[in-house]
Amino acid sequence: MQGFFYVHDNCTCSLMQLLQFTDKGIYCPVGDFYIDPWQPVQKAVITHAHSDHARGGSQNYLCHHDSVPILKLRLGPDISVQGVAYGETIRMNGVTISLHPAGHVIGSAQIRVALNNEVWVASGDYKTEHDGISAAFEPVPCQTFITECTFGLPIYNWQPQQVVFDNIRQWVHENQQAGKTSVLLGYSLGKAQRLLYHLKDISPEIWAHGAIYITNQMLREHGWDLPELHRITPETPHSVFKNNLVIGPPSAADTTWMRRFNPYSLGVCSGWMQVRGHMRRRNADAGFILSDHADWNGLLSAVKATGAEKVYTTHGFSSAFARYLQENGIPAEEVKTEYGVTEEEETNPS
Amino acid sequence: MKAFADLIKLLSNSTKTNEKLDALSKYFGSADPKDSIWVLALFTGRRPKRTVNATQLATWCLQMTNLPSWLFEECYHTVGDLAETIALLLPEGKSIAVHPLHYWLEGLLALEKASEEEKQKFILNAWEELDTSERFVFNKLITGSFRIGVSQKMMVNALANTHDIPAPTLSHMISGNWDPREITLDSLLNEDVTGADASKPFPFYLAYPLETAPDVLGSPEEWQAEWKWDGIRGQIIKRQGQLFVWSRGEELITEKFPEYGPLLEHLPEGTVIDGEILTYTNDFPLPFQTLQTRIGRKNVTKKQLQEAPVVFLSYDLLEWEGKDIRTSPLSERRVLLEQVVEQVNHPALRLSPVITFHNWDALIEFRSKSREQGSEGLMLKKKDSPYQVGRKRGDWWKWKIDPLTIDAVMIYAQKGHGRRSNLYTDYTFAVKDGDQLVSFTKAYSGLTDKEINEVDNWVKRNSIEKFGPVRTVKPELVFEIAFEGIAASNRHKSGVALRFPRINRWRKDKPPEEINTLEDLQLLLKMHKQ
Repeated sequence: MQGFFYVHDNCTCSLMQLLQFTDKGIYCPVGDFYIDPWQPVQKAVITHAHSDHARGGSQNYLCHHDSVPILKLRLGPDISVQGVAYGETIRMNGVTISLHPAGHVIGSAQIRVALNNEVWVASGDYKTEHDGISAAFEPVPCQTFITECTFGLPIYNWQPQQVVFDNIRQWVHENQQAGKTSVLLGYSLGKAQRLLYHLKDISPEIWAHGAIYITNQMLREHGWDLPELHRITPETPHSVFKNNLVIGPPSAADTTWMRRFNPYSLGVCSGWMQVRGHMRRRNADAGFILSDHADWNGLLSAVKATGAEKVYTTHGFSSAFARYLQENGIPAEEVKTEYGVTEEEETNPS
Repeated sequence: MKAFADLIKLLSNSTKTNEKLDALSKYFGSADPKDSIWVLALFTGRRPKRTVNATQLATWCLQMTNLPSWLFEECYHTVGDLAETIALLLPEGKSIAVHPLHYWLEGLLALEKASEEEKQKFILNAWEELDTSERFVFNKLITGSFRIGVSQKMMVNALANTHDIPAPTLSHMISGNWDPREITLDSLLNEDVTGADASKPFPFYLAYPLETAPDVLGSPEEWQAEWKWDGIRGQIIKRQGQLFVWSRGEELITEKFPEYGPLLEHLPEGTVIDGEILTYTNDFPLPFQTLQTRIGRKNVTKKQLQEAPVVFLSYDLLEWEGKDIRTSPLSERRVLLEQVVEQVNHPALRLSPVITFHNWDALIEFRSKSREQGSEGLMLKKKDSPYQVGRKRGDWWKWKIDPLTIDAVMIYAQKGHGRRSNLYTDYTFAVKDGDQLVSFTKAYSGLTDKEINEVDNWVKRNSIEKFGPVRTVKPELVFEIAFEGIAASNRHKSGVALRFPRINRWRKDKPPEEINTLEDLQLLLKMHKQ
């Protein structure tokens, strides 16, 4: 936690830090709101709808329009939630809040918080490559940048997604030749849409686990260009999967749910597949290095593009990334948050 | 090189023996024969001599990437493999791999007397030419074994498939002393098995563990019992006036054990004896640790020869008067073996004694006294058994004694390697000494994947300090540590060194206050001193 009377170099008008790291989450004392709190609060500004960033129990939520239906689906239809567009400004007790595309998943945003001449940006999760379906990441100039660093080591470098999708297509094709079902695992919010958007015509039918099916239906109803899926139920005859693509959540790995697809080949889509050990641990037949987080160079370019004079690093390889920035002339400090600890997030490599 | 990189990827991703076998067969069916012979060499313990070391690779990688060395270290501890870390960190090259596997291996070997600059130039050229997965296997050729679950047996079966040769014959053909630069796969597989290479050992016959009481084996009269010795399994060969000593890992180790030198003179021509290489004084085996000090080095010191002399405890006779007698029954081979050992009459060659017993209860009694003999249990061999190839069920059994155990608390954790990269899986354990904790062993294995994840999660939330890759953790998690033996050691703070320590189970039921003490360890040492 930061000192309460910390005075920012460029801030002559306030004695307290504009955003503070508290045991409930990132807090703005002047505006009296939290960003992605991990405990119930009065006012919560939400970067995106993954369960470690959008938790239940708060009185009021503010998020991007596209996150509203997902938040309702996940936290309950009766929550009090207000949607805003990217770039739209909201004022709270003199503090200006606006949301800017983070390119992580549908509806994901960075939160810009400004008071007088002081600007902070909390990144939430982001990736710098445009995935085609989430609004593309935009760097937001600020003095203080709070950045995630899930993949904050130089061993993590992504290839352009087109290369990865070509590899996936090739793999599905080979499976079809061998009479196998192709089973891809990816998160139900984010990876699943990205895969479906780019691979919509890959097999005669695409079958999906209930969790992915429900999210997909809801997004289709809200006008997203996603293919129609077939929902897998206990009654689904096993014969329908042959030569088709199946999409399931990562939690389906090593469960009896997989048995119905025999014979099948299992592919896992995750940034963690960059390292052989992770891949072998998953017992997957194929690993595709596809992440909704920025890679090492993405993180560095994002930090530089903000022009920030101070950087706080959170979840991931936060201490290494902070030290590297520090040694390269950008004052940086690691802060502890509770992001990246739930299964939905990509942060748990096990 | 691409075909080899693809093969390695397939082999390391698959957990199914049949898939691996299939991948190997396909590779041998289509690869350049010059590459095939090298692949065979690599996976049968014939890794070429190292001409470039890991430190050089790391240094050149740092120069190319301009990364600080602490960040390189951080990456290494996350990836858990140096070759892979470097492959991932290097800037993108041309990825135009034109040269095959054997070009790179022979190039590496040719660097033996090259200058530092020439070596660097060769490595940087390779990195420039190869893509990430090829760079990984290239680096791996330099830094160490692939650890992808490919056994010698699997190589033999794959080649047996593609060349239509029975596996035991093939196994014999590919054993012995050969250099992939000088021999082709074809000539290796077309050779007359009994002739050509005098050094060739027979494939070892290995026993399965006996998990039940021995009465399921039938009548005790049909079985021969011996002590199970804790040394290195080996073969001593005398052919064409030369002496060869092989380890079970099919390594030629004649030079390492000058004690066996005089046997050349005494052994009859055309003799192959199977047995155990053991350090031994006053008619009693020394702890395995003393043998370990001998394995690592080529030149043995006078002190070592005095303190830890080796003998060969003979189990079996495989070749006699130049004839392969492996198909004769054990009872007959044993009679001949006893004659040979008696005839040689040299202290370096001894018989592994046969235990006389008339019923299973008597044998159970013998087994309970294994540690007093300096052995780790019993071997049971059917008297009419032939000497088979590889690990086979039925005729030979090893019946080990239960391990010693001690309850200890985890105090340090470190990230693992390979499948366990970026997970805290390597732990150091301590026992109590008054109100202090004294570390006494490390253990790496024994937990399930689920337990490993649980401990990993706990370590991340309960570390106190970070020393490089090592984290000190709150002394809270209690584990039962099992081990095969205990010896005094002045290298360890606790004064003891354990043999084969591993985690037996996680004692979630036990608070750290109730773990064993240093006194308990000292008592075990006193009771089981070898």
